[in-house]
Amino acid sequence: MNLGFELNGKPATLEIQPRETLAEVLRGRCRLTGVKISCEAQVCGSCTVLVDGLPVSACTLLAYEVRGKRVTTIEGVAEESGKLHPIQQAFLDHFSFQCGFCTPGMILAAKALLDDDSNVTDEKIVAHMNGNLCRCTGYLPILKAILQAADEMRGQK
Amino acid sequence: MKPLSEFQVVNHSVPRGDGIAKVTGGAIYTSDMTLEHMAWAKILRSPFARARIISIDTSEARKQPGVIDVLTGYDLKGLHPYYGHGVKDHPLIAIGQVRFVGEPVAAVIAETELDAQEALAWINIEYEEMTAILDVDTAIAEGTPRIHETDFADGSFRGFDDFPGAAGNICQAVHVGWGEVDAAFASAAHVAEGEFYFPMVYAYAMEPYVAIADFDAKGHLTVYSSAQHPFMVRHDVAHVFGLPLNSVRVIVPYIGGGYGSKSYTKIEPLVAACSWKSGRPVKLQLSVEEAFLTTRGDDARVRIRTATDANGILVARQATIHLNTGAYAENSPMVCRKAANRIVGPYRIPNVKIDCFAVYTNTVPASSYRGLGGAQVTFPGESQMDELAEKASCDPIEFRLKNLAQSGESIHPGMRPIDADIPGDIREAAKMLHMDRPVTPGHGRSVCCSASDAGAHPVTLAMVQVYADGAVSVLSGSTEIGQGSHTVLAQIAAEEMGVPLEKVRLIGSDTAVTLFERSTGASRTTTLMGRAVLEACREAIAQIKVMAQEVFAAPAENLVEERGGLRSGETFLTWAQILEKYFKMEGCSIVGRAYLRKAGDLNLIPVFWEIGVVGAEISLDEETGMISLDSLVTIGDVGLAINPAMTEGQDLGAATMGLGAGLFEELIYDGQQLMNGSMLEYRVPRFSDLAKNIDMKLVQNRDGVGPYGAKGGGEGAVNPISPCIANALYRASGVRMRTLPLTPERVWKALKEKKGKAL
Repeated sequence: MNLGFELNGKPATLEIQPRETLAEVLRGRCRLTGVKISCEAQVCGSCTVLVDGLPVSACTLLAYEVRGKRVTTIEGVAEESGKLHPIQQAFLDHFSFQCGFCTPGMILAAKALLDDDSNVTDEKIVAHMNGNLCRCTGYLPILKAILQAADEMRGQK
Repeated sequence: MKPLSEFQVVNHSVPRGDGIAKVTGGAIYTSDMTLEHMAWAKILRSPFARARIISIDTSEARKQPGVIDVLTGYDLKGLHPYYGHGVKDHPLIAIGQVRFVGEPVAAVIAETELDAQEALAWINIEYEEMTAILDVDTAIAEGTPRIHETDFADGSFRGFDDFPGAAGNICQAVHVGWGEVDAAFASAAHVAEGEFYFPMVYAYAMEPYVAIADFDAKGHLTVYSSAQHPFMVRHDVAHVFGLPLNSVRVIVPYIGGGYGSKSYTKIEPLVAACSWKSGRPVKLQLSVEEAFLTTRGDDARVRIRTATDANGILVARQATIHLNTGAYAENSPMVCRKAANRIVGPYRIPNVKIDCFAVYTNTVPASSYRGLGGAQVTFPGESQMDELAEKASCDPIEFRLKNLAQSGESIHPGMRPIDADIPGDIREAAKMLHMDRPVTPGHGRSVCCSASDAGAHPVTLAMVQVYADGAVSVLSGSTEIGQGSHTVLAQIAAEEMGVPLEKVRLIGSDTAVTLFERSTGASRTTTLMGRAVLEACREAIAQIKVMAQEVFAAPAENLVEERGGLRSGETFLTWAQILEKYFKMEGCSIVGRAYLRKAGDLNLIPVFWEIGVVGAEISLDEETGMISLDSLVTIGDVGLAINPAMTEGQDLGAATMGLGAGLFEELIYDGQQLMNGSMLEYRVPRFSDLAKNIDMKLVQNRDGVGPYGAKGGGEGAVNPISPCIANALYRASGVRMRTLPLTPERVWKALKEKKGKAL
């Protein structure tokens, strides 16, 4: 079947199988391997992408569900010039990852939160990010990065 | 020793070298890779814990769309199908028998992953079920059949003095001891005694096991794998196929977490056999559910007693440890050795007797788990320290301070003396946790510690390439598993060669390119590979100094080394400039190398003592039994932090992982079946489990054998966190818990029982 959607700001048209998940399409057909597969059960958040700005587990969403919608993956977060998004920069500044496997999903989940409202508190961040697991960092460096990015994004508005 | 203030790159929290790749999705992991003409494998797994395989019929499966080939235990003629670095007991796919639910029995190789998956249903296997041996007591009882009917050959790893171990279903036995334990207990003033249980845990590296194997036309094998120890994988795979070491190339891209669970060989021999059989490059990507069925941590039952004299001075400790090792030895013989050593703790104890057994059962094979036996035995050890302190009417901190080994003091006869300031660490943690302030009702605080004989066996070889244009490459066989080794090693090279950090590139791990490094684990990389890189830089500089005499036309005594090069009078030339002038050719580079082995100041084992010191304040909801963390403090006694921010990251990460086993994590078997082998049912720490207050401190006394006095710090905090919480719970509620994890249900029941008794 034919799938038309907006991928990282550009129109995309693909021939897909009806049974394919969004993660399979993005990783396999589009070679966007920043979409990471782990639990395959909507528990870990590592496959998080944004669909119309909202965080979604790509591992369990059938790809045809995004027809006509805007999909953002980690590959589409930085500016075309290569300039990092404030969240990406903050993750670097605070050492908010080690193995990096959860990082794309973390950054996208945080982006959904801060794009919606950058007036965040620790509690709001924890509640929003609770569906994204990290086994390396102990979470504090991620929390600090999101707070820093929120500051910067408020300044930009 | 060069003062801290003079370091230009080392001891600075420079950004991670892999940072941009990891925040932009550009970092390629094995699971992201595909090769030309690559086929996919899927595994059919045993539904029985112990059964004979009567027949396997693959004829229908072979007819299914896309299927290229099927591999079973009947297809391994010409191979040495049993592997294992400790005991070669592990068939790459079941041969004649299965030993746990989930053991690979057949592999379908097909054009797509889906084709392979769908063909699995067409394989018919006839089993003859046998009585499964599911727990340690049954396994060691007299008359119980052997899970492995034959004795196996030694693996490549010969670090054990009594190896391979024991007989029957005891995979490995380790006995540690000194002094006269019975006499010491007989005359002791205070004795604490109890039985403790540390649960079966799963490390949950977020990238499940994955490997790609490719036999080329010349018979050379290339393996890409999410593996911590590429050289150990190379050894095992080379053995299976009877290949020389240079015919097996193991390449490790970025690794999505390991925590011990990706140490040593896992699925690589099976994937390589699929490529060997089918003549195609083959990728096998396990799901997380399959990873649950591949490796777990050893659960441990520990019977332990400890005694003091009337003054609260420790006089004896005795423990019997039974590790549930599962169906294959994997790294459990080493876990057994380490658990036996580590249960002594960082204390001066004159009489010790430890008997530790790794026991085969028909469950998922257990292997390394962060801390390698440390978490399993620090829970009973440090819980009992608090019990004894109470009996001796002593403050638990004071009690520890009285008994802790000082720097330079030996806790294990014949081993390296303690190279850390543990009493100082404990005092600092107590201060950070405000132990002197009154505690709110329902709250409790504790500080606990551990000392692990870390670093594993010191054989570490490294090379640096120094280029005539000022660039430097470090060729390291240590894997970048997220701990930040590629950043730390680059910092050391930049410091030594006097070049900007951006000029240093890390190459590795690739066994065809990088020299041998035994392993990436036991917190060894900064200490051993870091030192090897430092020495390789110095060796390169020594070579350039000889060349410089010709370039400067001056004798060595007229050349003065300054950071980054040499000066003769008014003229300063960088190392790169000297190379350029010496070779008179662009593009040249030279190699500096270092070969570390168990010799000189690395002759004494352990390479260093890894210290774990954590403090916690918990609050207990008595209605629900729920424990939450109000404060967490960590001390990293690391000698010198090459990158302080990343070092603190190791402490917090290790403490959080330990918190999982302390509060939530437990694999549960119901009969033969693992009941909670998926992330829907296996609860790991989340954002909301973050302590309200976190305070971390690094102690940098430069007392290690690593570069500039550095020691490792990746596993320390995982060990003492669970007893710390259990002790804090005792102080909050009067309930002493000897079984982990401290789930609300378990705590609530214990609170009820205590109240019942009080009534």
